[in-house]
Amino acid sequence: MAVSDHTSSGNHGTGFTAIPADARPLAIEARGLVKSFDGTRAVDGVDISVPEGAIYGILGPNGAGKTTTLRMLLGIIDPDAGVRRVLGHDRPHDIGRLIGYLPEERGLYPAMKCVEAIAFMGALRGLPLKEGRKRGAELLERHGLGYAADRQIRQLSKGMAQTVQLLGTLVHQPRLVVLDEPFSGLDAINQGKLEVMIRALADDGVTVIFSTHVIHHAERLCEGVAIIAGGKVPYAGSVEAARDRIPAQVRLETRAREGAWLSALPADARRDGDFFQFPLPESGIEPLLRQLIEGEAGILSLSIERAGLHDAFVAIAGEAAARQLEADSTANLGESRT
Amino acid sequence: MSQTGTPTRSRLNLFQASWVIARRDFVAVLFSRAFLFFLLGPLFPVLVGGLAGSIGKSVSDQAVSVEVGVAMSASDNAAMIAAADVLRPQLGGFLPALREVKEAAGDSNFDARAFLDQRRGNYAAIVTGTLAAPKVIGTQGQVSRWSGPAELIAATAAGASPSQLPRATSEVVTTSAASERTNRIRTAQAAQMVLFLLTMLLGGMVLSNLAEEKGNKIIEILAAALPMDAVFMGKLFAMLGVSFVGIAVWGALGWGFWAIAEDAIVTVTQTNFRELPGPAVGWPMFLVLGIVYFTMAYLLLGSLFLTIGAMASSVREVQTLSMPVTMLQLMVFFLSAANIGQTGTALELSSIAFPLSSPFAMLARAAMEETLWTHALALVWQVIAVFLLVKGGSLLFRKRVMKSGGAGRDKSRKRPRFAA
Repeated sequence: MAVSDHTSSGNHGTGFTAIPADARPLAIEARGLVKSFDGTRAVDGVDISVPEGAIYGILGPNGAGKTTTLRMLLGIIDPDAGVRRVLGHDRPHDIGRLIGYLPEERGLYPAMKCVEAIAFMGALRGLPLKEGRKRGAELLERHGLGYAADRQIRQLSKGMAQTVQLLGTLVHQPRLVVLDEPFSGLDAINQGKLEVMIRALADDGVTVIFSTHVIHHAERLCEGVAIIAGGKVPYAGSVEAARDRIPAQVRLETRAREGAWLSALPADARRDGDFFQFPLPESGIEPLLRQLIEGEAGILSLSIERAGLHDAFVAIAGEAAARQLEADSTANLGESRT
Repeated sequence: MSQTGTPTRSRLNLFQASWVIARRDFVAVLFSRAFLFFLLGPLFPVLVGGLAGSIGKSVSDQAVSVEVGVAMSASDNAAMIAAADVLRPQLGGFLPALREVKEAAGDSNFDARAFLDQRRGNYAAIVTGTLAAPKVIGTQGQVSRWSGPAELIAATAAGASPSQLPRATSEVVTTSAASERTNRIRTAQAAQMVLFLLTMLLGGMVLSNLAEEKGNKIIEILAAALPMDAVFMGKLFAMLGVSFVGIAVWGALGWGFWAIAEDAIVTVTQTNFRELPGPAVGWPMFLVLGIVYFTMAYLLLGSLFLTIGAMASSVREVQTLSMPVTMLQLMVFFLSAANIGQTGTALELSSIAFPLSSPFAMLARAAMEETLWTHALALVWQVIAVFLLVKGGSLLFRKRVMKSGGAGRDKSRKRPRFAA
């Protein structure tokens, strides 16, 4: 069963109004979602709660069940078991106008002009074509692609086409935006632009949920996160709470190599070159410091580092899942460079 | 409003959703190169038919001779040919074209039997003997066919028969029960053939209709935004619209061509289209029913083909499916064509009840019978069948291609599991 925690006020943009998460209604709520494909269980009892206005990440390696979970939440596929509710509705298609979705495998009609593609995607969500064209032209202009409005999709670079599709996802001004691996295939500059866009959406009160296998995107952007591995969600809650599950790490460098002060270090302290590394003792740092000074350890440096989401991921999902996540991130980096 | 302040329903209805898809597809197909080929499509069967017809006629003219040779004395030959010319205005096609057998001229020992056995000349039969005792030599069938005319010609040539036959006055009736039935069968056959050709042209296009969306991964966006039956319905109606544009273009071209070159068309086709036999329900109603049944035939076959095509995982698989699909269309056509004129029989009723052949069978019925209420009944059934096929197709697509399960909704609405 997932550990749920929604007490954080979030860590995104400056315009974010810090409302205690529990006080907000839920944009997405899912309980016990199960999905199997050809006898293989892809998602196994997923529970997720996403407050309205939050940026929420689904973090996990490839094949963990992220896309399947999102597709079930959107009603593209129905789960074999479990229930979902999106913006208060258990049939996501009933509120299609309020949702924007960018799938993992990007798709646009190659012969369509950019502005028409955006308008068409808006029309799918109930926006009149005329209004869609107008907004599409504005969005393209705002994002530096005004010159390409009348170009066919097949004439665009991959990054440009991806931006056009993202604008098509947003053109009808949805209240909930679901992005499946939105950073995949983008170079660093476009990743930065996308982060800005996501923050701006949240500032406008839009709920954004995205899947990723890149920890630092989730860490930088998300208020809440669901860690998913092997189809299960061992943790769902705030990023802060996930990090708090791992004690802060102390990193100590001393002049002296030996001495009675060594007995003051915690039993699980390990030597890493000239450094000692160990979790922050429950009693705090002051008693330890006193003993080190009295023992003449000769402190050269001492730092206390709060655990990152990566450490939390390792602790929650396990080493194997973390290794796969790193491998996926490296592969993604290579892909975006090409 | 829901607990989150969301409007209770905020989506496109089935009609609106279908319209969004139909509009996109219609415009995309209309401005594609594929549409040009679609417009040219009907020319190919016409060209092939014309070529095959002229080749067939030429072969037939050479192979099936109606020339009968005369191998009598020179004076008898001349008298026979002259007598045939006298009789031809009144007996026309009942008389053979008489030709003098050159090989027999001046040969008193000419053996007509041996001549024909050696497969020489191109005569259906040869008349020898004298005017008083003509002898017809040929195969059994040819002898039976030409003995009577040969006797009549010989009698006329010998002066034993009146050279002036009495002229009968005539009174033409527009039809009779027998001829009306025959004419209507011809109309029914022609109408079914046109319907079949039109739906066959569209079959291939519908089959590959979802291939683009699947190939470009756009299907994911469509499936997230709209119910799958709206996607299916939209695609079907887009192609229907395209086919109506095509028919309008062909119709306008045909009408224009007819207006310019009516005489030439009648001469070339040897058919005066103004005198086509009228259907039982009358031409205006028949044309209306033709359009309606074309729509239904297309929607029925199209929804089936769309589903079959949607199941295919690649364009190659779609191409492989084309042959069995064409066979299926042919079987449907044969089933309904076999029942023309058998109104009320179990076979005819079953071809009306079977949704795919129903429009074909009912169009034939419109040519044969005046009753209209049966068409209303059949159309209701066909509309239900279209709905079921689209629903079934989209369900199958969700299950087999999108791999969707059947849960997800909170079924206990009165006792919500997600308490506010």
